Amino acid sequence: MTVDKDIKGGVSPAAAVGRPASPIEFRLDPATGVPTHLQLVHQVEHAMRLGYLKPGDQLPKVRDAVASLAINPNTVLKAYRELEIKGLATGRPGQGTFITATLSQATLPELTRLRRSLLAWLGTADTAGLDEDGMVALFTSELRDFRNRRGRSDDRRVAGGETEGVA
Amino acid sequence: MNVIESIGLGKRYGNTWALHDCTLAIPEGHVAALVGPNGAGKTTLLNLAVGLTAQTAGIVTVLGGKPAGSSAALDGIAFVAQDMPLYQNLSGADMLHLTRNLNRRFDAGYAKDRLGDLDIPLERKAGKMSGGQQAQLALTLALARRPQLLVLDEPMAMLDPLARHDFMATVMTAIADDGVSVLLSSHVLAELERVADYLVLLSGGSVQVAGEVDDLLSCHRVLTGPAAEAGEYIKRLNVVYVRRGEAQAHLLVRTNGTTEPVPPGWEAHPVSLEELTLAYMRDPAAAALPGPARAVVQPMEVRN
Repeated sequence: MTVDKDIKGGVSPAAAVGRPASPIEFRLDPATGVPTHLQLVHQVEHAMRLGYLKPGDQLPKVRDAVASLAINPNTVLKAYRELEIKGLATGRPGQGTFITATLSQATLPELTRLRRSLLAWLGTADTAGLDEDGMVALFTSELRDFRNRRGRSDDRRVAGGETEGVA
Repeated sequence: MNVIESIGLGKRYGNTWALHDCTLAIPEGHVAALVGPNGAGKTTLLNLAVGLTAQTAGIVTVLGGKPAGSSAALDGIAFVAQDMPLYQNLSGADMLHLTRNLNRRFDAGYAKDRLGDLDIPLERKAGKMSGGQQAQLALTLALARRPQLLVLDEPMAMLDPLARHDFMATVMTAIADDGVSVLLSSHVLAELERVADYLVLLSGGSVQVAGEVDDLLSCHRVLTGPAAEAGEYIKRLNVVYVRRGEAQAHLLVRTNGTTEPVPPGWEAHPVSLEELTLAYMRDPAAAALPGPARAVVQPMEVRN
């Protein structure tokens, strides 16, 4: 296996040759017990959801990821293969792996606005005396209600459609 | 191609067999970790593979059938021994000069670039360098021979955590650049989990477990359930290791890939490389055939 053979040495080879580097850097948490290649997959998906990675963006080059994390290149290749199978990224021979899909339903400015209003809500909750666990519990329970309500209205629509069809 | 193949390999020192009946085939393209308790024969196996010592019994070949120690074999192998073998009174530049003149194949450009990137003080005597710098110097001199197989004996034993990380980063970068195969022995199981994709576990001088890490992990699992029922499953299943409390028991089970349903009232968990290795090390008899060694060793090519 030979990867990115044109680049030799250097701390940040992509920057050194004036090539656009990947918008993200990987990190590893040895304490989670999650296999290394899955940690990389999750970090890419997370970055896509938060708008850090958009279609067309390049993932860190295998050589760069390997040099900074000191992990087996096969592990990075395995993660990238998994992203390809999920239809989120595609490899271009001789260039690298690029994002081809979108997981975030909102743009980065929209996400920033949402984050701000959420922060405001957290401030209010804090003032009301809720601790972190309380906030998480409230958010989770409201999210469940929200999902149920949306599910019910979807069901009604489906049921209504079927009735009309039978009639 | 297999980077190392051995059949019935044995090495006797006086009356003691340091290695006996060792049959093994490690395919190329892997980072193979050689683990085992002290005295299991790790260093003996590595020395036999790189031709530093001659076997008492059996056959060992490297890089697709070349006899270990032959000049064809030596051209393709680089070896860094346990104690970072450098001449303490020679400067980095002198070590570079010496190694270039002692080897038929040596990429001086690579060595200079790499040592420059790492800020190794070439004018300093090797003995005056830090442990991390000495290790990087020895490793770079080995890699500059452009080997197909890099053999490392306990490479990180003397290094601090940062130096370990940088050392491994150099090795992994060489794999990404040139596709070098690596065989390394180590005691630091947690570190191997990040780098190794092939495992060889030696015990009492012979192979106890061998195979690709992904295959090994997928054909083992931990079952957790009531201790009262454990005895029944120990009889029925291929249990490697048992930890039993008053009420609850954990069984490390070898499934050989079959997805048997989890017994009612029991939970199944995937196993980590460290957990798996420790379990086999605790119970050397777990390899008694039919055992994992035979079950997971890659089929060996027969050569004439």
